[in-house]
Amino acid sequence: MSARLVGRRVVLLGAAGVIAAASRARSHDLGEMADMPEQTPSAPVATDKVKIDNFFFTPQTITVPVGATVTWTNQDDIPHLVVAKDHAFRSQPLDTGDSFTHVFAAAGEYPYFCGLHPKMVGTVKVG
Amino acid sequence: MSERDDAGGLRRREMLECMAWAGTGMLWTLAGGVPGSQLLTSAEAATSSLSFVQLSDDHIGFNKDANPDVTGTLRKATALVAKLPRKPDFIIHTGDVSHLSKPEELDLAKQIISELGVPLYVVPGEHDMLIEDGGTFRERFGKDTKGSGWFSFDHGGVHFVGLVNVVDLKAGGLGNLGDEQLAWLTADLKPHGASTPIVVFAHIPLWTIYADWGWGTDDGAKALALLARFGSVTVLNGHIHQIVQKVEGNIAFHTARSTGFPQPAPGTAPSPGPMKVAPDVLPSVLGITDVTYVPGKERLAIVDHTLVEA
Repeated sequence: MSARLVGRRVVLLGAAGVIAAASRARSHDLGEMADMPEQTPSAPVATDKVKIDNFFFTPQTITVPVGATVTWTNQDDIPHLVVAKDHAFRSQPLDTGDSFTHVFAAAGEYPYFCGLHPKMVGTVKVG
Repeated sequence: MSERDDAGGLRRREMLECMAWAGTGMLWTLAGGVPGSQLLTSAEAATSSLSFVQLSDDHIGFNKDANPDVTGTLRKATALVAKLPRKPDFIIHTGDVSHLSKPEELDLAKQIISELGVPLYVVPGEHDMLIEDGGTFRERFGKDTKGSGWFSFDHGGVHFVGLVNVVDLKAGGLGNLGDEQLAWLTADLKPHGASTPIVVFAHIPLWTIYADWGWGTDDGAKALALLARFGSVTVLNGHIHQIVQKVEGNIAFHTARSTGFPQPAPGTAPSPGPMKVAPDVLPSVLGITDVTYVPGKERLAIVDHTLVEA
């Protein structure tokens, strides 16, 4: 048993790539990922245009007056979907360069997310 | 089981990590509940009772810099399948067949893969559910499936379960199976004894690989709990366009390469978007997964091939 295990270890650790990969697996287990840009909630920005870039809605939170038309434009190489958290509005699939507009007729806060990548979230504050 | 191996001094955890990441060309074994690994011999391959291939993430319709010809690389992938020493009994596809769920994208992918002349079992990715709530996908790939497209079947003494975790996604969340599908899974697994090998496949990983990029399934742990009583469980996923493997208890987890374009390793880029590599490097980061089951030994061999071999 021990000879087999040791032999296996030698074989498995023979390739540098395996060692690097194994240490990466360990960091997954412990949740210790490399430093990553966090999607920190930024201060609301008064604009009616939201850019979708690098899997982020930017600005993440916007303020608009009642009746405003908000436009989202996808600048990623991957399609995204703009979907209200309560599903009150939903875009068509937005491929690279595509835009979606929605009119906000009533005051309030409208959280939304990407229907394809739900980790992407944003908010429209109206009024 | 003790943390430290009595004679060898190699901690079990270290051994599992090495095994999990050295998976290419290795044989997963689950004998007497003790995971191990060894190379698959040609004799064992010849006596195996079943062999299948996993394809994933073709993204037919994608045409950006990371790969302007995903149709060409899918054709290379199927050519590679056709060159395998043993013709697979069937293909399982872990989703994102298409890029935008368009009928012409789905039809083209189906036509190319069908040329292999073996049955095809597909679970959808989120890119396949963009039109008519997945209607264009299910019309082509979802006949005889339940709910949003889940199903199970038996082959060669192994029970296969295809799950859908790309529907009804919640704001801020990960992949989602939902209570209806979990209730179906509970009933589906019930008649099977603990010695039945189980293969579960779904698009998004059922275990959390990297939550910040959505690489996990919110209620995946509920499905894994239902699988805990079985002696041999293999979970095959796609979505992340790269190989990640691990063994936990009796469950071996494996994600497949894409046939379309690579994505960055977790945390190594600002976003999980398509990764651009030099054209001559591209075939080395795309590929297929070949899986073989040897009866009586409760082992599944998972072998990844890159398109360099095509």
